[in-house]
Amino acid sequence: MIPVISLRDVVALSGRFPLLAGVTLDVQQCEIVHLRGANGAGKSSLLRMLSGLVPITAGSAMVLGHDLVVDRISVRRELALLGHASFLYDDLTVEDNVRFALRASRAEGARASRAEGARASRAEGARASRAEGAAGSLTGADGAQQALARLGLAGRLRTTRVSRLSAGQRRRAAIAVVVARRPRLWLLDEPHAGLDASGRLLVDELVLEARDAGATIVFASHELDNAERLADRTVEVSGGRVVEVANEAPGATPLVDGVVGEPAHEEDIGVDVA
Amino acid sequence: MLRDALLVAGKDLRIELRSRVAIGQVVPFALVVLLLFGLALGPSVGRGSVLYSAAAGLFWIAVLLATVLGVQRSFSIEAVDGASDGLRLSGLDPAGIFLGKAAAIGCELLVLELILALASALLYDRPLTGAVLLLATCAVATVGLVAIGTLYGAVSLGARQRETLLPLLFFPMVAPLLLAATKSWEEAYGTSGHQGTGWLDVLAVFAVAYLAIGTVAFGPLLEDA
Repeated sequence: MIPVISLRDVVALSGRFPLLAGVTLDVQQCEIVHLRGANGAGKSSLLRMLSGLVPITAGSAMVLGHDLVVDRISVRRELALLGHASFLYDDLTVEDNVRFALRASRAEGARASRAEGARASRAEGARASRAEGAAGSLTGADGAQQALARLGLAGRLRTTRVSRLSAGQRRRAAIAVVVARRPRLWLLDEPHAGLDASGRLLVDELVLEARDAGATIVFASHELDNAERLADRTVEVSGGRVVEVANEAPGATPLVDGVVGEPAHEEDIGVDVA
Repeated sequence: MLRDALLVAGKDLRIELRSRVAIGQVVPFALVVLLLFGLALGPSVGRGSVLYSAAAGLFWIAVLLATVLGVQRSFSIEAVDGASDGLRLSGLDPAGIFLGKAAAIGCELLVLELILALASALLYDRPLTGAVLLLATCAVATVGLVAIGTLYGAVSLGARQRETLLPLLFFPMVAPLLLAATKSWEEAYGTSGHQGTGWLDVLAVFAVAYLAIGTVAFGPLLEDA
Protein backbone atom coordinates (compact mmCIF):
# COMPACT_ATOMS: atom_id res chain seq x y z
CA MET A 1 0.00 0.00 0.00
CA ILE A 2 1.32 3.45 -0.88
CA PRO A 3 1.69 5.54 2.30
CA VAL A 4 -0.23 8.80 2.59
CA ILE A 5 2.97 10.37 3.90
CA SER A 6 6.43 9.22 2.90
CA LEU A 7 9.37 11.31 4.08
CA ARG A 8 13.01 10.45 3.53
CA ASP A 9 15.79 12.50 5.16
CA VAL A 10 13.79 15.70 4.85
CA VAL A 11 15.66 18.87 5.70
CA ALA A 12 13.93 22.24 5.98
CA LEU A 13 15.56 25.53 6.85
CA SER A 14 14.37 28.94 7.95
CA GLY A 15 17.17 31.16 6.72
CA ARG A 16 20.22 29.37 8.15
CA PHE A 17 18.28 27.84 11.03
CA PRO A 18 17.40 24.16 10.60
CA LEU A 19 13.73 23.49 11.27
CA LEU A 20 13.89 19.84 10.24
CA ALA A 21 17.21 18.02 10.18
CA GLY A 22 16.59 14.80 8.28
CA VAL A 23 13.11 13.46 9.02
CA THR A 24 12.20 9.97 7.81
CA LEU A 25 8.60 8.93 8.37
CA ASP A 26 5.86 6.86 6.76
CA VAL A 27 2.17 7.22 7.60
CA GLN A 28 -0.49 4.92 6.18
CA GLN A 29 -4.04 5.86 5.21
CA CYS A 30 -6.48 5.99 8.15
CA GLU A 31 -3.70 6.12 10.71
CA ILE A 32 -3.78 8.49 13.67
CA VAL A 33 -0.22 9.50 14.45
CA HIS A 34 0.77 11.48 17.53
CA LEU A 35 3.88 13.66 17.36
CA ARG A 36 5.49 13.95 20.76
CA GLY A 37 8.44 16.11 21.72
CA ALA A 38 9.71 19.03 23.74
CA ASN A 39 9.11 22.64 22.82
CA GLY A 40 11.18 23.51 19.77
CA ALA A 41 11.68 19.85 18.83
CA GLY A 42 10.26 20.43 15.34
CA LYS A 43 6.68 19.15 15.66
CA SER A 44 5.04 22.29 14.33
CA SER A 45 7.67 22.62 11.60
CA LEU A 46 7.01 19.03 10.57
CA LEU A 47 3.26 19.69 10.35
CA ARG A 48 3.83 22.90 8.38
CA MET A 49 6.21 21.09 6.04
CA LEU A 50 3.61 18.37 5.47
CA SER A 51 1.03 21.04 4.62
CA GLY A 52 3.33 22.53 2.00
CA LEU A 53 3.93 25.79 3.88
CA VAL A 54 7.61 25.13 4.55
CA PRO A 55 9.90 24.51 1.58
CA ILE A 56 12.11 21.42 1.58
CA THR A 57 15.85 21.97 1.25
CA ALA A 58 16.93 18.34 0.92
CA GLY A 59 15.45 14.85 0.98
CA SER A 60 12.21 13.59 -0.53
CA ALA A 61 8.62 14.06 0.60
CA MET A 62 5.49 12.52 -0.89
CA VAL A 63 2.18 13.56 0.68
CA LEU A 64 -1.13 12.30 -0.74
CA GLY A 65 0.70 11.42 -3.93
CA HIS A 66 2.17 14.90 -4.34
CA ASP A 67 5.92 15.37 -4.47
CA LEU A 68 6.46 18.35 -2.17
CA VAL A 69 9.96 18.95 -3.50
CA VAL A 70 8.49 19.65 -6.94
CA ASP A 71 5.13 21.17 -6.02
CA ARG A 72 4.02 22.02 -2.50
CA ILE A 73 0.88 23.92 -3.52
CA SER A 74 -1.36 21.29 -5.14
CA VAL A 75 -1.47 19.15 -2.00
CA ARG A 76 -3.04 21.95 0.03
CA ARG A 77 -6.45 21.39 -1.53
CA GLU A 78 -6.58 17.92 -0.02
CA LEU A 79 -5.43 18.61 3.53
CA ALA A 80 -6.18 20.95 6.40
CA LEU A 81 -3.83 22.35 9.01
CA LEU A 82 -4.96 23.44 12.44
CA GLY A 83 -2.09 25.59 13.62
CA HIS A 84 -1.31 27.67 16.67
CA ALA A 85 -2.87 30.60 14.81
CA SER A 86 -6.54 30.35 13.90
CA PHE A 87 -6.12 31.38 10.21
CA LEU A 88 -9.42 33.27 10.63
CA TYR A 89 -10.35 36.81 9.61
CA ASP A 90 -11.19 38.91 12.66
CA ASP A 91 -13.69 41.16 10.87
CA LEU A 92 -15.72 38.30 9.38
CA THR A 93 -18.29 36.29 11.27
CA VAL A 94 -17.63 32.68 12.17
CA GLU A 95 -19.97 31.54 9.41
CA ASP A 96 -18.34 33.83 6.83
CA ASN A 97 -14.95 32.36 7.68
CA VAL A 98 -16.12 28.77 7.39
CA ARG A 99 -18.00 29.44 4.15
CA PHE A 100 -14.99 31.19 2.63
CA ALA A 101 -12.69 28.30 3.51
CA LEU A 102 -15.22 25.81 2.19
CA ARG A 103 -15.73 27.62 -1.12
CA ALA A 104 -12.00 28.13 -1.54
CA SER A 105 -11.27 24.46 -1.05
CA ARG A 106 -13.98 23.54 -3.54
CA ALA A 107 -12.35 25.50 -6.33
CA GLU A 108 -10.76 22.26 -7.36
CA GLY A 109 -13.11 20.09 -5.37
CA ALA A 110 -14.51 18.08 -8.22
CA ARG A 111 -11.08 17.04 -9.42
CA ALA A 112 -9.97 16.12 -5.91
CA SER A 113 -13.13 14.09 -5.34
CA ARG A 114 -12.60 12.11 -8.51
CA ALA A 115 -8.99 11.39 -7.58
CA GLU A 116 -10.04 10.43 -4.07
CA GLY A 117 -12.75 8.14 -5.35
CA ALA A 118 -10.36 6.40 -7.71
CA ARG A 119 -7.73 5.90 -5.02
CA ALA A 120 -10.25 4.74 -2.48
CA SER A 121 -11.78 2.17 -4.79
CA ARG A 122 -8.38 0.68 -5.42
CA ALA A 123 -7.15 0.69 -1.88
CA GLU A 124 -9.75 0.35 0.77
CA GLY A 125 -12.98 -1.41 -0.05
CA ALA A 126 -15.24 -1.34 2.96
CA ARG A 127 -13.49 1.55 4.65
CA ALA A 128 -13.69 3.61 1.49
CA SER A 129 -17.42 3.01 1.33
CA ARG A 130 -17.77 4.46 4.79
CA ALA A 131 -15.59 7.34 3.70
CA GLU A 132 -17.82 8.06 0.72
CA GLY A 133 -20.85 7.96 2.96
CA ALA A 134 -19.37 10.31 5.49
CA ALA A 135 -18.07 12.51 2.72
CA GLY A 136 -21.52 12.80 1.24
CA SER A 137 -22.94 13.93 4.52
CA LEU A 138 -20.93 17.13 4.42
CA THR A 139 -20.60 17.87 0.76
CA GLY A 140 -24.01 19.52 0.51
CA ALA A 141 -24.70 23.22 0.50
CA ASP A 142 -25.05 23.16 4.27
CA GLY A 143 -21.61 21.69 4.93
CA ALA A 144 -20.63 24.86 6.77
CA GLN A 145 -23.80 24.78 8.87
CA GLN A 146 -23.21 21.17 9.84
CA ALA A 147 -19.62 21.86 10.82
CA LEU A 148 -20.68 24.87 12.89
CA ALA A 149 -23.42 22.88 14.58
CA ARG A 150 -20.97 20.11 15.38
CA LEU A 151 -18.59 22.54 17.03
CA GLY A 152 -21.35 24.21 19.04
CA LEU A 153 -21.23 27.39 16.98
CA ALA A 154 -24.63 27.19 15.30
CA GLY A 155 -26.51 29.65 17.48
CA ARG A 156 -25.75 33.31 18.05
CA LEU A 157 -22.03 32.64 17.72
CA ARG A 158 -22.50 31.79 14.04
CA THR A 159 -23.06 35.45 13.20
CA THR A 160 -20.55 36.81 15.69
CA ARG A 161 -17.35 38.39 14.45
CA VAL A 162 -14.28 36.31 15.20
CA SER A 163 -12.66 39.30 16.95
CA ARG A 164 -15.38 39.07 19.62
CA LEU A 165 -14.89 35.39 20.38
CA SER A 166 -13.11 33.99 23.39
CA ALA A 167 -9.92 32.00 22.82
CA GLY A 168 -11.79 28.71 23.16
CA GLN A 169 -14.56 29.78 20.80
CA ARG A 170 -11.98 30.95 18.31
CA ARG A 171 -10.32 27.53 18.53
CA ARG A 172 -13.66 25.85 17.89
CA ALA A 173 -14.19 28.08 14.84
CA ALA A 174 -10.78 27.10 13.50
CA ILE A 175 -11.64 23.43 14.00
CA ALA A 176 -14.98 24.01 12.25
CA VAL A 177 -13.04 25.14 9.17
CA VAL A 178 -11.09 21.87 9.20
CA VAL A 179 -14.25 19.80 9.64
CA ALA A 180 -16.13 21.66 6.90
CA ARG A 181 -13.32 21.18 4.40
CA ARG A 182 -13.31 17.40 4.98
CA PRO A 183 -9.68 16.95 4.06
CA ARG A 184 -8.03 13.61 3.35
CA LEU A 185 -5.19 14.54 5.68
CA TRP A 186 -5.72 16.32 9.00
CA LEU A 187 -2.66 18.07 10.43
CA LEU A 188 -3.44 19.24 13.94
CA ASP A 189 -1.04 21.27 16.08
CA GLU A 190 -2.11 21.05 19.72
CA PRO A 191 -5.77 20.53 18.81
CA HIS A 192 -6.88 20.40 22.47
CA ALA A 193 -5.20 23.68 23.42
CA GLY A 194 -7.55 26.33 24.74
CA LEU A 195 -10.58 24.05 24.81
CA ASP A 196 -12.73 23.11 27.77
CA ALA A 197 -13.37 19.48 28.75
CA SER A 198 -16.29 19.05 26.36
CA GLY A 199 -14.30 20.62 23.58
CA ARG A 200 -11.42 18.22 24.12
CA LEU A 201 -13.75 15.25 24.02
CA LEU A 202 -15.33 16.65 20.86
CA VAL A 203 -11.93 16.91 19.19
CA ASP A 204 -11.24 13.27 20.02
CA GLU A 205 -14.61 12.29 18.55
CA LEU A 206 -13.98 14.29 15.39
CA VAL A 207 -10.57 12.71 14.93
CA LEU A 208 -11.95 9.20 15.29
CA GLU A 209 -14.85 9.95 12.95
CA ALA A 210 -12.49 11.39 10.37
CA ARG A 211 -10.32 8.29 10.59
CA ASP A 212 -13.40 6.08 10.16
CA ALA A 213 -14.34 8.17 7.14
CA GLY A 214 -11.01 7.40 5.50
CA ALA A 215 -8.92 10.38 6.53
CA THR A 216 -5.41 10.25 7.97
CA ILE A 217 -4.58 12.32 11.03
CA VAL A 218 -1.21 13.55 12.27
CA PHE A 219 -1.31 15.64 15.42
CA ALA A 220 1.12 17.18 17.88
CA SER A 221 0.17 17.26 21.52
CA HIS A 222 1.73 17.66 24.93
CA GLU A 223 -1.25 15.97 26.59
CA LEU A 224 0.43 12.60 26.50
CA ASP A 225 -2.17 10.40 28.22
CA ASN A 226 -5.03 11.60 26.08
CA ALA A 227 -2.97 11.71 22.90
CA GLU A 228 -1.56 8.22 23.24
CA ARG A 229 -5.03 6.84 23.94
CA LEU A 230 -6.29 8.49 20.77
CA ALA A 231 -3.37 7.65 18.50
CA ASP A 232 -2.55 4.43 16.69
CA ARG A 233 1.10 5.36 16.89
CA THR A 234 3.31 7.85 18.71
CA VAL A 235 6.34 9.40 17.06
CA GLU A 236 9.01 11.14 19.11
CA VAL A 237 10.45 14.27 17.52
CA SER A 238 13.66 15.79 18.80
CA GLY A 239 16.12 18.25 17.31
CA GLY A 240 14.21 18.34 14.03
CA ARG A 241 14.38 14.57 13.61
CA VAL A 242 12.13 11.58 14.22
CA VAL A 243 14.03 9.70 16.87
CA GLU A 244 11.65 7.07 18.18
CA VAL A 245 8.43 5.38 17.20
CA ALA A 246 6.09 3.68 19.64
CA ASN A 247 2.99 1.52 19.09
CA GLU A 248 3.87 0.88 15.49
CA ALA A 249 0.81 -0.10 13.48
CA PRO A 250 0.80 -3.63 12.06
CA GLY A 251 1.85 -3.64 8.43
CA ALA A 252 3.27 -0.15 8.53
CA THR A 253 6.66 0.51 7.01
CA PRO A 254 9.29 0.56 9.75
CA LEU A 255 10.15 4.10 10.67
CA VAL A 256 13.77 4.51 11.36
CA ASP A 257 15.92 7.54 11.54
CA GLY A 258 18.94 6.27 13.34
CA VAL A 259 19.99 9.53 14.92
CA VAL A 260 18.78 10.03 18.43
CA GLY A 261 18.42 12.89 20.73
CA GLU A 262 20.75 15.79 20.09
CA PRO A 263 19.46 19.09 18.78
CA ALA A 264 20.23 19.68 15.13
CA HIS A 265 23.17 21.78 14.04
CA GLU A 266 23.85 23.06 10.57
CA GLU A 267 26.90 20.81 10.16
CA ASP A 268 24.84 17.73 11.10
CA ILE A 269 22.21 18.00 8.43
CA GLY A 270 24.37 17.52 5.39
CA VAL A 271 23.38 20.61 3.44
CA ASP A 272 25.23 23.78 2.72
CA VAL A 273 23.36 26.56 4.44
CA ALA A 274 25.91 29.25 3.74
CA MET B 1 -8.87 31.72 -11.63
CA LEU B 2 -11.75 34.17 -12.07
CA ARG B 3 -13.89 32.19 -9.65
CA ASP B 4 -11.11 32.42 -7.08
CA ALA B 5 -10.69 36.13 -7.81
CA LEU B 6 -14.41 36.76 -7.21
CA LEU B 7 -14.25 34.78 -3.98
CA VAL B 8 -11.27 36.75 -2.66
CA ALA B 9 -12.68 40.10 -3.81
CA GLY B 10 -15.99 39.28 -2.12
CA LYS B 11 -14.20 38.35 1.08
CA ASP B 12 -12.12 41.56 1.13
CA LEU B 13 -15.10 43.78 0.33
CA ARG B 14 -17.15 42.06 3.02
CA ILE B 15 -14.37 42.75 5.51
CA GLU B 16 -14.37 46.40 4.41
CA LEU B 17 -18.14 46.65 4.78
CA ARG B 18 -17.87 45.25 8.31
CA SER B 19 -14.82 47.27 9.41
CA ARG B 20 -15.43 50.46 7.36
CA VAL B 21 -11.75 51.39 7.41
CA ALA B 22 -11.75 52.79 3.85
CA ILE B 23 -14.85 54.91 4.40
CA GLY B 24 -14.00 55.88 7.95
CA GLN B 25 -10.28 56.55 7.62
CA VAL B 26 -8.90 56.46 4.07
CA VAL B 27 -11.48 58.81 2.51
CA PRO B 28 -11.18 61.42 5.30
CA PHE B 29 -7.39 61.16 5.07
CA ALA B 30 -7.44 61.85 1.31
CA LEU B 31 -9.84 64.76 1.78
CA VAL B 32 -7.55 66.25 4.41
CA VAL B 33 -4.63 65.95 1.98
CA LEU B 34 -6.60 67.87 -0.66
CA LEU B 35 -7.47 70.50 1.93
CA LEU B 36 -3.84 70.84 3.01
CA PHE B 37 -2.76 71.33 -0.60
CA GLY B 38 -5.35 74.07 -0.78
CA LEU B 39 -3.98 75.74 2.35
CA ALA B 40 -0.39 75.44 1.13
CA LEU B 41 -1.00 76.72 -2.40
CA GLY B 42 -4.05 78.93 -1.84
CA PRO B 43 -5.90 80.92 -0.87
CA SER B 44 -6.66 82.13 -4.40
CA VAL B 45 -8.70 79.71 -6.48
CA GLY B 46 -10.23 79.78 -9.93
CA ARG B 47 -8.74 80.42 -13.37
CA GLY B 48 -5.11 81.59 -13.25
CA SER B 49 -4.43 80.39 -9.70
CA VAL B 50 -1.81 77.79 -8.78
CA LEU B 51 -4.48 75.46 -7.47
CA TYR B 52 -6.42 75.74 -10.72
CA SER B 53 -3.34 74.77 -12.78
CA ALA B 54 -2.15 72.05 -10.43
CA ALA B 55 -5.55 70.51 -9.65
CA ALA B 56 -4.97 67.37 -11.71
CA GLY B 57 -1.58 66.64 -10.13
CA LEU B 58 -2.81 67.33 -6.62
CA PHE B 59 -5.77 65.02 -7.16
CA TRP B 60 -3.54 62.17 -8.29
CA ILE B 61 -1.04 62.66 -5.46
CA ALA B 62 -3.92 62.40 -3.00
CA VAL B 63 -5.07 59.23 -4.79
CA LEU B 64 -1.57 57.72 -4.58
CA LEU B 65 -1.31 58.41 -0.85
CA ALA B 66 -4.74 56.89 -0.28
CA THR B 67 -3.80 53.87 -2.41
CA VAL B 68 -0.92 53.06 -0.08
CA LEU B 69 -3.32 53.06 2.85
CA GLY B 70 -5.77 50.86 0.95
CA VAL B 71 -3.09 48.35 0.02
CA GLN B 72 -1.68 48.32 3.55
CA ARG B 73 -5.15 47.66 4.92
CA SER B 74 -5.75 44.89 2.39
CA PHE B 75 -2.60 43.07 3.46
CA SER B 76 -2.80 43.89 7.16
CA ILE B 77 -5.95 41.74 7.38
CA GLU B 78 -3.87 38.86 6.05
CA ALA B 79 -1.17 39.43 8.66
CA VAL B 80 -3.45 38.88 11.68
CA ASP B 81 -3.61 35.45 13.34
CA GLY B 82 -1.99 33.59 10.46
CA ALA B 83 -4.64 34.57 7.91
CA SER B 84 -2.06 34.67 5.12
CA ASP B 85 -1.13 31.06 5.90
CA GLY B 86 -4.83 30.23 5.79
CA LEU B 87 -5.08 31.90 2.40
CA ARG B 88 -2.10 29.89 1.12
CA LEU B 89 -3.58 26.69 2.54
CA SER B 90 -7.01 27.41 1.05
CA GLY B 91 -6.05 25.94 -2.30
CA LEU B 92 -6.95 29.12 -4.17
CA ASP B 93 -5.09 29.94 -7.36
CA PRO B 94 -2.43 32.57 -6.46
CA ALA B 95 -3.27 34.47 -9.65
CA GLY B 96 -6.90 34.47 -8.53
CA ILE B 97 -5.88 35.80 -5.12
CA PHE B 98 -3.90 38.58 -6.81
CA LEU B 99 -6.76 39.57 -9.10
CA GLY B 100 -9.29 39.34 -6.27
CA LYS B 101 -7.33 41.51 -3.88
CA ALA B 102 -6.58 44.00 -6.67
CA ALA B 103 -10.26 44.11 -7.65
CA ALA B 104 -11.37 44.77 -4.07
CA ILE B 105 -8.84 47.59 -3.63
CA GLY B 106 -9.82 48.90 -7.06
CA CYS B 107 -13.53 49.09 -6.14
CA GLU B 108 -12.70 51.05 -3.00
CA LEU B 109 -10.32 53.30 -4.93
CA LEU B 110 -12.86 54.14 -7.63
CA VAL B 111 -15.35 55.30 -5.00
CA LEU B 112 -12.59 57.33 -3.36
CA GLU B 113 -11.61 58.92 -6.69
CA LEU B 114 -15.21 59.95 -7.33
CA ILE B 115 -15.40 61.65 -3.94
CA LEU B 116 -11.97 63.29 -4.37
CA ALA B 117 -12.79 64.52 -7.87
CA LEU B 118 -15.91 66.27 -6.62
CA ALA B 119 -14.01 67.63 -3.61
CA SER B 120 -11.16 68.98 -5.73
CA ALA B 121 -13.63 70.63 -8.11
CA LEU B 122 -15.22 72.39 -5.15
CA LEU B 123 -12.07 73.21 -3.19
CA TYR B 124 -9.99 74.43 -6.15
CA ASP B 125 -12.89 75.82 -8.18
CA ARG B 126 -11.85 73.62 -11.08
CA PRO B 127 -14.81 72.38 -13.17
CA LEU B 128 -14.59 68.72 -14.23
CA THR B 129 -14.55 69.19 -17.99
CA GLY B 130 -13.93 66.32 -20.38
CA ALA B 131 -15.78 63.90 -18.16
CA VAL B 132 -15.39 60.89 -20.44
CA LEU B 133 -11.60 61.17 -20.53
CA LEU B 134 -11.49 61.89 -16.79
CA LEU B 135 -13.49 58.75 -16.06
CA ALA B 136 -11.50 56.62 -18.52
CA THR B 137 -8.26 57.86 -16.95
CA CYS B 138 -9.51 57.01 -13.47
CA ALA B 139 -10.53 53.51 -14.59
CA VAL B 140 -7.29 52.67 -16.37
CA ALA B 141 -4.98 54.34 -13.85
CA THR B 142 -6.78 52.54 -11.03
CA VAL B 143 -6.09 49.18 -12.67
CA GLY B 144 -2.39 50.05 -12.86
CA LEU B 145 -2.24 51.40 -9.31
CA VAL B 146 -3.92 48.42 -7.72
CA ALA B 147 -1.86 45.96 -9.77
CA ILE B 148 1.39 47.56 -8.60
CA GLY B 149 0.08 48.05 -5.07
CA THR B 150 -1.10 44.45 -4.72
CA LEU B 151 2.19 43.13 -6.07
CA TYR B 152 4.25 45.15 -3.60
CA GLY B 153 1.75 44.48 -0.86
CA ALA B 154 2.68 40.81 -1.19
CA VAL B 155 6.39 41.72 -1.13
CA SER B 156 5.98 43.63 2.11
CA LEU B 157 3.55 41.15 3.72
CA GLY B 158 6.19 39.14 5.54
CA ALA B 159 8.43 42.08 6.36
CA ARG B 160 8.61 43.36 9.91
CA GLN B 161 8.72 46.96 8.67
CA ARG B 162 5.97 46.55 6.10
CA GLU B 163 4.30 49.89 6.95
CA THR B 164 7.39 51.79 5.80
CA LEU B 165 8.59 49.29 3.19
CA LEU B 166 5.45 49.45 1.05
CA PRO B 167 5.56 53.22 0.34
CA LEU B 168 9.29 52.93 -0.33
CA LEU B 169 8.68 50.29 -2.99
CA PHE B 170 5.38 51.65 -4.28
CA PHE B 171 5.99 55.34 -4.95
CA PRO B 172 8.98 55.00 -7.31
CA MET B 173 7.14 52.37 -9.34
CA VAL B 174 4.00 54.47 -9.74
CA ALA B 175 5.83 57.66 -10.72
CA PRO B 176 5.18 57.02 -14.44
CA LEU B 177 1.51 56.36 -13.67
CA LEU B 178 1.28 59.61 -11.71
CA LEU B 179 2.77 61.49 -14.65
CA ALA B 180 0.55 59.83 -17.26
CA ALA B 181 -2.64 60.15 -15.21
CA THR B 182 -1.97 63.82 -14.48
CA LYS B 183 -1.22 64.57 -18.13
CA SER B 184 -4.31 62.68 -19.22
CA TRP B 185 -6.47 64.72 -16.84
CA GLU B 186 -4.86 67.91 -18.14
CA GLU B 187 -5.78 66.78 -21.65
CA ALA B 188 -9.35 66.35 -20.43
CA TYR B 189 -9.23 69.83 -18.83
CA GLY B 190 -7.86 71.24 -22.09
CA THR B 191 -4.82 72.77 -20.34
CA SER B 192 -2.16 70.44 -21.76
CA GLY B 193 -1.80 72.14 -25.12
CA HIS B 194 -2.81 69.11 -27.15
CA GLN B 195 -5.89 66.97 -27.40
CA GLY B 196 -6.22 63.22 -27.70
CA THR B 197 -5.76 60.13 -25.61
CA GLY B 198 -2.01 59.65 -25.86
CA TRP B 199 -1.41 59.53 -22.10
CA LEU B 200 -4.38 57.25 -21.65
CA ASP B 201 -2.68 54.80 -23.99
CA VAL B 202 0.47 54.98 -21.86
CA LEU B 203 -1.61 54.28 -18.76
CA ALA B 204 -3.22 51.30 -20.47
CA VAL B 205 0.19 49.82 -21.32
CA PHE B 206 1.29 50.16 -17.68
CA ALA B 207 -1.95 48.65 -16.42
CA VAL B 208 -1.79 45.63 -18.70
CA ALA B 209 1.92 45.08 -18.04
CA TYR B 210 1.54 45.16 -14.26
CA LEU B 211 -1.56 43.01 -14.31
CA ALA B 212 0.37 40.40 -16.30
CA ILE B 213 3.43 40.63 -14.04
CA GLY B 214 1.30 40.44 -10.92
CA THR B 215 -0.65 37.43 -12.15
CA VAL B 216 2.59 35.52 -12.69
CA ALA B 217 4.69 36.83 -9.79
CA PHE B 218 2.16 37.04 -6.97
CA GLY B 219 2.25 33.31 -6.14
CA PRO B 220 6.02 33.10 -5.54
CA LEU B 221 5.93 36.38 -3.61
CA LEU B 222 3.13 35.11 -1.38
CA GLU B 223 5.04 31.91 -0.73
CA ASP B 224 8.13 33.88 0.30
CA ALA B 225 6.19 36.26 2.53
